[in-house]
Amino acid sequence: MFNSFYIAWKYITYNKMKTATLVACITLISFLPMALQLLLNESEKQLMSRAVSTHLIVGAKGSALDLVMNTIYFGDEVPELITMEASGQIMESGFALPIPLYARFKTRGSPIVGTNLDYFEFRDLQVAEGRQIAVLGDCVVGAKVSERLDLNPGDSLVSSPESLFDLAGIYPLKMKVVGVLEKSHTSDDLAVFVDLKTAWVIQGLGHGHQDLTQLNDPTLVLKKTESNVAATAKLYHYQEITKNTIDSFHFHGDLSAYPVTAVIVVPQDSKSGTLLQGRYLQKEEIHQIVKPQEVIEGLLQNIFRIKNVLDTVISVVAIATIMAIVLVFALSLRLRQREIQTIFKLGCRKATVVRLVSAEIFIIVLTSGVLCGAMIFLVNSYSHELVRRLVIR
Amino acid sequence: MITIRGLEFHYPTGEFNLNIPDFSVTKGSKVAVIGPSGSGKTTLLNLIAGIFTPLRGSLVVDATTVSELPDTGRRDFRVSNIGFVFQDFELLYYLNVLDNILHPYRITNALSLNRDVRSRAAVLAQQMGIGTMLKRHASDLSHGEKQRAAICRALLPQPKLILADEATGNLDPDNKSRILDLLFQAVEDHDATLLAVTHDYELLKRFNRIIDFRDFQQTEHNCHQIQNV
Repeated sequence: MFNSFYIAWKYITYNKMKTATLVACITLISFLPMALQLLLNESEKQLMSRAVSTHLIVGAKGSALDLVMNTIYFGDEVPELITMEASGQIMESGFALPIPLYARFKTRGSPIVGTNLDYFEFRDLQVAEGRQIAVLGDCVVGAKVSERLDLNPGDSLVSSPESLFDLAGIYPLKMKVVGVLEKSHTSDDLAVFVDLKTAWVIQGLGHGHQDLTQLNDPTLVLKKTESNVAATAKLYHYQEITKNTIDSFHFHGDLSAYPVTAVIVVPQDSKSGTLLQGRYLQKEEIHQIVKPQEVIEGLLQNIFRIKNVLDTVISVVAIATIMAIVLVFALSLRLRQREIQTIFKLGCRKATVVRLVSAEIFIIVLTSGVLCGAMIFLVNSYSHELVRRLVIR
Repeated sequence: MITIRGLEFHYPTGEFNLNIPDFSVTKGSKVAVIGPSGSGKTTLLNLIAGIFTPLRGSLVVDATTVSELPDTGRRDFRVSNIGFVFQDFELLYYLNVLDNILHPYRITNALSLNRDVRSRAAVLAQQMGIGTMLKRHASDLSHGEKQRAAICRALLPQPKLILADEATGNLDPDNKSRILDLLFQAVEDHDATLLAVTHDYELLKRFNRIIDFRDFQQTEHNCHQIQNV
């Protein structure tokens, strides 16, 4: 048996290109369906676990999927904005605790999530290092953000502009990292959390600038009345909230009209939840209330439908590949007739030829199996990250 | 050593017929077989080696009636008793020289591969002038080098009968003489018999018997009949 494997190994290593092609074909055709199944299982696990723990979400009417993906995974697609009034209404109803969320901006590739302290309690997020957000300009970072950007309490982070070419747009805000959250193995690990007001400052709805009453430069003042001073664009706006500048930060207008992307609703009980849902059924209602679990189940059904189509395609390709491989072996045997005749002349039995060919097939299949296993191991190791990038984003 | 009586053979297709009424070779002989191409020299060697089966007649090699043996019996007899240097070498291109020389040991149970065989293979290759090429693939060898590797493979099991089909055909005069010396040495060392097809008339004087296929009586339908010369 050893000699058969030895000769088969010599043949295989001499015909490197042919072997590599066969190994690649078998590896891919075995790897694809397994990797697909693995990623789908991981998608289902990740999507459902977070969706189940979030009872209800209130947001603008429109894509329920965008609303859910943005609210629970801080996805790239930002839903239509609603105002803080929606949160106030829920609070007034007494049926549930509203947790407003403003997940619109980014910093160095991570989402900035504006919220209040109720969110950390709701998600059971603990601070591992430093402290919780307390004042305007503070932020706490998720465990993976801390690892990826090497951030620790005391460091700073600058918000990314929404558009590079928006010259009239708002300036980035330099935020102070005051804490790092414990790893939760959820999207929270990948986010930077700030107070809602800090998020509004990032948007430019709140700002801090030089005190006009203290300045004598006439070029800074556009119009001055007893109760109001209108400044020119020359007025310096602060881009960092410090002890010295924090007092100058202020918000104009009614905060209840300020934007949020969604409100997470934590009902007092299931009856309260149902009653609350009923309030959003009216036609004139501008908000929608969604159950993340139902939305994600719908998404998964679509994914599994696509998976079924892919399975069929892969099966057909697999059959075609197997037939091609059989053809390659058959043609190879025909081309090797002379070689087979030679080994017969040298005294080989038919069974030995069968053993030699079987050894070649075994080595090729074994190599493909090992490669496929290694690739599956890699996919399994990075499945969390892959699902995050490919499915959730 | 070899006795043939009333042997008849023809290929399934074509009109070639080989007819050998009476032919024998004594043990220890060094026999040269000459004749024009297509006259049946290679066919005769293949019949003696048991690669082809005669239609009629008997073929006895070293007291074994090869013509009556079944396929497996002929194969085992060939592996154990006959060293065949094929006309077109029949080396496996994906094996190196050493693996080609040792190949019969790897594909049959009749021969056992051990350290002694490996060292004999190295010595034999050295004697053939290919001792430095043992790791080279057969596909990288010249015509002459392939031929010498094929001779090494045939001589390694120390066979009682050596069948050489134009074993010196592609060699320069020095190497021809050297190879023939080695074949004759193998005959003398192991009390073997050599039957060598050759077109090289300068070498004939070194053989102690010559069979010339041109002297065979022609019968109808291009039938070749050989007799002792």
